[in-house]
Amino acid sequence: MSTDSIALPGSYEASRPLVDRLHEWVTTVDHKRLGILYILFALFFLVVGGIEATIMRIQLIRPQNDFVSPEVFNRMFTMHGTTMIFFVAMPLVFGFANYLVPLMIGARDMAFPRLNAFSFWLSAFGGLLLYFSLVGANGLYGAGNAPDVGWFAYAPLTAQTFSRGHSTDFWTLAVLVSGFGSIGTAINILTTILCLRCPGMKLGKMPLLAWLNLVMAGLVLLAIGPLTAAQIMLSLDRYLGAHFFDTQAGGSAVIWMHFFWIFGHPEVYILVIPAFAVVSEIIPVFSRKAMFGYPIMVAATVAIGFLSMAVWAHHMFTVGMSSNANTFFVLSTMAIGVPTGIKIFNWLATMWGGKIHFQAPMLFCIAFLFQFLIAGLTGIMLSAAPFDWQLGNSYFVVAHFHYVIVGGILFALFGAFYYWFPKMTGRMYDETVGKLHFWLFVIGFHLTFDFMHVPGLLGMPRRIYTYEPGRGWDTWNLIVTIGVFFQGLSILIFVGNLLWSRVKGKHSGSDPWDAWTLEWTTSSPPPAYNFATIPTVKSRRPLWDLKHPEDPDWKYE
Amino acid sequence: MSANVMTMPQRERTWELPSRGHVAMFALIVAESAIFVIFVVAYLFYLGKSLTGPTPKQVLEAPIFYSICLLSSSITIHLAVKALRAGDIRTFRAWWFGTIALGAAFLYGTAHEWHRLIYKDGLTISTNLFGTTYYSLVGLHGFHVIVGLICLSTVMAFALLGDVQQQHTYRVDVLSLYWHFVDVVWVVVFTVVYIIGR
Amino acid sequence: MYRQWGLKMIVVLCWFGTASFAGAADPPLSPTNIFAPASTPANTIFGLSVFVLAVTATIFVVVFSLLAYAVVRFRKRTDDDGREPPQVYGSNQVELAWTVIPVLIVVALFMATARVIGSVQKAAQPSNAIEVIAIGHQFWWEYRYPALHVVTANELHVPVSDPEHPTPTFIRLLSADTDHSFWVPRLNGKTDLIPNHPNSMWIDPHETGLYLGQCAQYCGTQHAKMLLRVYVQTRDEFDRWIQEQGQPAHLSDTASEGQHIFETTACINCHAVAGTVADGRFGPDLSHLMSRDTIAAGAVPNTAENLRRWIRNPDAIKPGSRMPAMELSDRELDAVTAYLTTLR
Repeated sequence: MSTDSIALPGSYEASRPLVDRLHEWVTTVDHKRLGILYILFALFFLVVGGIEATIMRIQLIRPQNDFVSPEVFNRMFTMHGTTMIFFVAMPLVFGFANYLVPLMIGARDMAFPRLNAFSFWLSAFGGLLLYFSLVGANGLYGAGNAPDVGWFAYAPLTAQTFSRGHSTDFWTLAVLVSGFGSIGTAINILTTILCLRCPGMKLGKMPLLAWLNLVMAGLVLLAIGPLTAAQIMLSLDRYLGAHFFDTQAGGSAVIWMHFFWIFGHPEVYILVIPAFAVVSEIIPVFSRKAMFGYPIMVAATVAIGFLSMAVWAHHMFTVGMSSNANTFFVLSTMAIGVPTGIKIFNWLATMWGGKIHFQAPMLFCIAFLFQFLIAGLTGIMLSAAPFDWQLGNSYFVVAHFHYVIVGGILFALFGAFYYWFPKMTGRMYDETVGKLHFWLFVIGFHLTFDFMHVPGLLGMPRRIYTYEPGRGWDTWNLIVTIGVFFQGLSILIFVGNLLWSRVKGKHSGSDPWDAWTLEWTTSSPPPAYNFATIPTVKSRRPLWDLKHPEDPDWKYE
Repeated sequence: MSANVMTMPQRERTWELPSRGHVAMFALIVAESAIFVIFVVAYLFYLGKSLTGPTPKQVLEAPIFYSICLLSSSITIHLAVKALRAGDIRTFRAWWFGTIALGAAFLYGTAHEWHRLIYKDGLTISTNLFGTTYYSLVGLHGFHVIVGLICLSTVMAFALLGDVQQQHTYRVDVLSLYWHFVDVVWVVVFTVVYIIGR
Repeated sequence: MYRQWGLKMIVVLCWFGTASFAGAADPPLSPTNIFAPASTPANTIFGLSVFVLAVTATIFVVVFSLLAYAVVRFRKRTDDDGREPPQVYGSNQVELAWTVIPVLIVVALFMATARVIGSVQKAAQPSNAIEVIAIGHQFWWEYRYPALHVVTANELHVPVSDPEHPTPTFIRLLSADTDHSFWVPRLNGKTDLIPNHPNSMWIDPHETGLYLGQCAQYCGTQHAKMLLRVYVQTRDEFDRWIQEQGQPAHLSDTASEGQHIFETTACINCHAVAGTVADGRFGPDLSHLMSRDTIAAGAVPNTAENLRRWIRNPDAIKPGSRMPAMELSDRELDAVTAYLTTLR
């Protein structure tokens, strides 16, 4: 691989036998390698979840299609949702946090490297467990294999009566196990940020990425618990005949919804706050300006964190809560729009008056801003409870949350891929191909998810495997399906670009973006120990101070 | 590479950060609390909603003696850590053993109560909503006591081998935090199950 | 170069957009369009929706313009001097402005929303209201009119409500198994049917006609074919319908061969025919089967041919439905179908 042998640590191990290298990856406790493992694991499942989505979209391309049976369709949306949330979005977020947090706060590793490895392997095991249901869950005749209860698995559909065999058990265990992994990683991230900052890096001097991941870790600690508890209860119901969600014995189906969404809504912020984090790093660098309103950004994030714990029942406006409860959750949900709006304005103000460089990372961040704006506004529509009585559980909702998760989170994370790829590999990605990926993905995304709002407005509920002709849904569904293929193609281009650039890309040097945070002071890829000498910082942009000694940041902060 | 350039010639003050053991244990306690909160909410929500008997009033008796055992184990573990900090290994061992004994007594109490409920009163986890919520909440707590006892016993084993010394105070202290948490949870569970719930 | 390429793609995208708008405008409206309300609650929701849409559209235009302006105006120019732009770290006045304005918007939106929640959820039930109990089953709807002593399935009949003298219908929503959701977009928003958790909703359709909808909460394999049909009739028609439905099944004097087969196989475990021994409650009441336009919760039109196909093998029409194939011979199938077609 490396003929021009500069002293990269990578080139040393590349010369060793494959088995040795694999063994090192499997037993590693290095935060950078675990970060990359998380990311590769997530990319694998992104492709798997994407295939499941494609199967659903082909089925829905026209009314009364029978590409797949209803049973298969129901399994597809259950697996797609579970996979994308627990085994794509979460590992991606954790992967970047793992890789970047220690580097950006000037630490040599996470606080607990072995716990870190343990957490990753728990998550990975969870993913395998979920997919093992395909072969392992044939419990009873006609019971199917992969779980088919939907990713939020409303009771009592998950009870033994309605879900025979073991498929739901695989779902429960997979989510439970990966949840323990998430808690472990969250404890690790939180402890690392609080206890391992380099000298001079007070909380107020941390890069925003560290701050936002701190809030994310706190949210994981608070939110995964309820999910874990609910899954334990469900297992008790299914295995020991307990009655938590058994409506025949006085149990409540509604309390499952509460428990699930007490996890489920903060989960959205667990995923989106790290997306905010990478955007908050990329936009300043590519606008050549300091982050506008750093303290306000931190305050807004913390506010979002707190508010996100009090909005869960906006997923339940249609379950017949009292008008007082509905009104409360309308208020709390709308209120969360304020700090979110503040963040968008601060990013805009950061670009304002700058010199914007349109490389792939920045393109993805600008698209993120545009799409996240729309996602937020459709969110406001859904937060108005009566409007939600019409829109809830329709394709409008499906379009809305894909706007958040794909248009927001995934776009931001693609930006992160391109921005930190040189740091992770020591190689530059191909900018032209990166832009091709961007434009194809933008087109695919908008074809799919813009037009997906419409059938929702025309009364199409989600999770139906087929639909009647004559409802005015046909054309929209056709366009939506066409968009999927653009997205698929662009993902292939993306993966191809990464693979090609990993081997053939130009060497990037340690600081290709002329950036300002600590990870760019060390070599690319960084050595196992990250920093030869632990740095000391005086401001939020230590490299700015270094590059502009005549006008350092710490004079103004 | 250029990292050393960053090093300032003098540090203004000593750079102190919170200890990672304590931070991590607090984080774990927060996560665990979230789990317990949900079980407590479920218990309170289903109070009086059972379709059949037995009811808490008919069968539950407050395990006051065993609760005192568990709560006083918080004091003994505190004294144990204090002794270790002072370097008094013998006293440490004694208090530590006392803690394990009190925790085990509590577990025996729970086992005894469950045995009575199952065989005498016919209450199992699948009898009614009371059984479901009672066994799961008390059982979840009991599970934490068991995990705590395993950790405490591991330390005890090392202590008997003479491998626990004054310099290990920090680690033992972090472990004692967990044990205090288990005790505090019992105060909540006791209040919910035996006071509010009856 | 790539910008041009992207531009081309945006043009293509717009073409798709306009083409499909034209396509959708050709049949006048979707029968399930939420923006075509025909009942007071749906209308109230529609009013709020327009207000919310207007506010969010305004926000979108403002913020999008700022974004577009920033991207174009502050792009790095080709003649860039390579110097860093002036560094601005923040401004409390600006931050205050874009905190206060959103707060005011939220307050306005919240007030409007809270008012509508109250007006829909707290509406009092007038004494002349029709009461219906809707029970969700896997995968069909049971309707009971407790005061009028009528039990039917899948096709809900309600009287039209004159806004001057409203005769609303109040629906109590129950579930026999899993969660379902009652959603007829032109009449009202959706409300879930949850076992052990009775809900209610109301409608007062202003025009006669057939209103469509379907189950909106995933309830199992055949969630997709759990269609809702609401027939809004004039008061006279409705009263006549109630009168007919209240009668026992219309039977011929001598029990037919089909009836005999029906009553000696497992059919009667699940189905009821008023006035006969069939009194099962697990499946739809068949006393007046032929008064309905569709079978299998709206899956296919109610014709003798479809009935026969359905009895022969329900999975052929609705795979995963709870009705078993009774494995009847062709002769028996014909007889049972003939019997069922007499149930008017």
